[in-house]
Amino acid sequence: MPDFFDIAAGRLPAAQLAANFADAHPPLTPHEAVVEASRCYFCYDAPCIEACPTGIDIPSFIKKIATDNLRGSAMKIFEQNIFGGSCARVCPTEVLCEAACVRMAEEERPVSIGALQRRATDWLMQHDPAPFTRAPATGKRVAVVGAGPAGLACAHRLALHGHEVTVLEARPKSGGLNEYGIAAYKLADDFAQREVDFILSVGGITIEHGKRLGRDFDVSALRRDYDAVFLGIGQEGVRALAIEGETLDGVRNAVDFIAELRQAEDKATLPIGRRVVVIGGGNTAIDAATQARRLGAEDVTIVYRRGVSDMSATRDEQEWAQTNGVRIRHWATPHRLLGEDGHVTGVAFMRTKPDAAGRAMATGETYVLPADMVLKAVGQVFVADPLHADGTLTLATSDGRIAVDGEMRTSLPGVYAGGDCVAGVDLTVAAVQDGKRAAEAINAFLAR
Amino acid sequence: MADLSINFAGIRSPNPFWLASAPPTDKAYNVVRAFEAGWGGVVWKTLGDDPPVVNVSSRYGAVSYNGTRIAGFNNIELITDRPLQVNLDEIRQVKRDWPDRAVVVSLMVPCVESAWKNILPQVEDTGCDGIELNFGCPHGMSERNMGAAVGQVPEYVQMVTEWCKLHSRMPVIVKLTPNITNILAPARAAKAGGADAVSLINTIMSITAVDLDKMAPEPVVDGLGTHGGYCGPAVRPIALRMVGDIARDEELAGLPISGIGGISTWRDAAEFIALGAGSVQVCTAAMHRGFRIVEDMIDGLSNWMDSKGYRTIEDVRGRAVKNYVHWGDLNLNFKTIAEIDQDLCIKCGLCHIACEDTSHQSIAKLRVDGARRYEVIEEECVGCNLCAHVCPVDGCITMVPQPNTKPKLVWANHPNNPMRVPEAAE
Repeated sequence: MPDFFDIAAGRLPAAQLAANFADAHPPLTPHEAVVEASRCYFCYDAPCIEACPTGIDIPSFIKKIATDNLRGSAMKIFEQNIFGGSCARVCPTEVLCEAACVRMAEEERPVSIGALQRRATDWLMQHDPAPFTRAPATGKRVAVVGAGPAGLACAHRLALHGHEVTVLEARPKSGGLNEYGIAAYKLADDFAQREVDFILSVGGITIEHGKRLGRDFDVSALRRDYDAVFLGIGQEGVRALAIEGETLDGVRNAVDFIAELRQAEDKATLPIGRRVVVIGGGNTAIDAATQARRLGAEDVTIVYRRGVSDMSATRDEQEWAQTNGVRIRHWATPHRLLGEDGHVTGVAFMRTKPDAAGRAMATGETYVLPADMVLKAVGQVFVADPLHADGTLTLATSDGRIAVDGEMRTSLPGVYAGGDCVAGVDLTVAAVQDGKRAAEAINAFLAR
Repeated sequence: MADLSINFAGIRSPNPFWLASAPPTDKAYNVVRAFEAGWGGVVWKTLGDDPPVVNVSSRYGAVSYNGTRIAGFNNIELITDRPLQVNLDEIRQVKRDWPDRAVVVSLMVPCVESAWKNILPQVEDTGCDGIELNFGCPHGMSERNMGAAVGQVPEYVQMVTEWCKLHSRMPVIVKLTPNITNILAPARAAKAGGADAVSLINTIMSITAVDLDKMAPEPVVDGLGTHGGYCGPAVRPIALRMVGDIARDEELAGLPISGIGGISTWRDAAEFIALGAGSVQVCTAAMHRGFRIVEDMIDGLSNWMDSKGYRTIEDVRGRAVKNYVHWGDLNLNFKTIAEIDQDLCIKCGLCHIACEDTSHQSIAKLRVDGARRYEVIEEECVGCNLCAHVCPVDGCITMVPQPNTKPKLVWANHPNNPMRVPEAAE
């Protein structure tokens, strides 16, 4: 029995695995929801609304829960955010609406806005799977590239306005990162697909899977065949560590690990290392590390090159990982991946310390963490290749992503973009807002 | 340690907390549990003539408010549904076993002298401390010309009280119904009839809710509902006003008052006592949380009295009565203005929107360097208190009385009063 190369599937009994990947935060009961809703002060000019990237009228939807008007509550949410169901589950509310809640100033215990949003949206999705009414058909056709939150939010809003939408998606399933990139226990019970079905219930949206931009079609064809185009193509690339040993067996991209885990019919078939090192400081690192623990990894460590408050994962997310038995080590950067017989055996880290500007500065001091598996989560990057034609980029970029103006317009007339492929915070809720705003801009453009 | 013992119209109890005549005092089992928990007395659930009444199944309705249960409560239950002798035997035994506690017996029999003459000696023979006349029950019994049907006619109140004083030596407490225009009329009638005390309020005629599926008032009995008697925290302000009206009435001076109506805490009790009550009766709060609530009532009242230097209940009783005046006695030159403590403000905006939409547009909504800030516009503020009431943070908005440079001015002397009393000629 080697004390390295220890990667195995089925480390935990089936019942334990099922429990580990079930809903991490079960819904409020109806009574809990009313009590929690009653904690909302129904603020005027409420700070939480301002803190929500999609601008949901939070006090209004909560008031409607308190009065048992759950349909009205859910529609209030969906009118601003058609992904209200998944945002209720995955939004970092502790740094958005709940951070702004006036009860934070009063008692440091905000109204549980996310949990209440889930109460309302779950209720409507269960009681009325198709609550939307479209405007009369306009005869206009819009192409949306990417069936993630940005693309589908855009498609839904366009469909409401009476346009016909074709969504072109490279992957076999819709949902984008909700389907492939987020921890299973956050969107349990196939929620991402149920939400897609709910969104598509509006009608007027056709999704074609297996259609990849740059391979099966290009932007100029879309501009020729459709009245307008929206690009919600996300970030296809993964940043490399660019250090020795990156090709060793057992070294993986965290996003691939998460996607595979999300798609696995049976979690017991997924191989996982006994000792896992995750490199990075964002939500992907947290999701990868926590799910590694929940698959049965014995010893999981996240290593981040800077400090606690520099991590893009919120403090709540970090604590969630820690209560799941993940150790987080700060101020160290991977220096070399160690291996034997082509397999990773550990990671040599160099200790860092903040320079005058707070950036990580190497100290020269190193240590080694033994590892059977290494998951890289140091960031995703936008890949512009599919936008090239005849060797030149067809539209303008800015800071490595597609350049857009305040109305999500790209440099090409009639072509809009949003979500992770444009600048901004990489959150579902921000992508939804981009898609929604682009749809309104497209609607105005088509009405000319 | 304050002395909480009372002598109420000749009825002694170790503390002023009595359980009101209601389901919690229907039988010895409950009453003994109450005494074990520390209650100073009980008013035994109303006795009547045999054969006993019959109660319906489905008896209580309630008003929940923002997730808080039983903000208001109502019942369509009648008087005791047990045979008279069973109650009398239990009362006798309980009083014998608990001689230091007050055991008052509530009574309701038809409005004929023979009925009262018949039951009174039987009750007196139990050794109980006094009787309370149930002239208040607003449902079921009133339709049989008892309860509120008597209490709403001052002449009947006086007549029955006289019978009770004539045919027994027990202290007589007359329980008043609030379902009347002027509470002073039945109170004065009770006094004229020789009552030793009054107790109030009985329940208020009410429908707590309509079941929108069954389309019937709650509580629903086989598809139908009827009005009930309302009680619980929601009725306390109504009870306080009626107690205060009696306490300050010159004709009723010296008439002991047992305060009833939504009393749930020692503070509620202290307010009733300050407005003139010599004992207080509790029901809904005990039905909500059990008899153990009396522990904090006793402890809290005692601690509060110690902190204020009050040694006995008599030291507190009626202290607020002289300050309960008619509107015409209020000083129109008094002015108070809202003040917002910016360090405590949580920026909910409720003071602003309440004032802006529904009052005097005297709270400005500002942004200072992007941060919300709400400020009182003093020249517009009329001192209505609304903002202080809507503010969710204790102590954030206070009403600050302004220095008074003018003499007191009441409506009778105000220039705007067409009926103003003319100034005496020089």
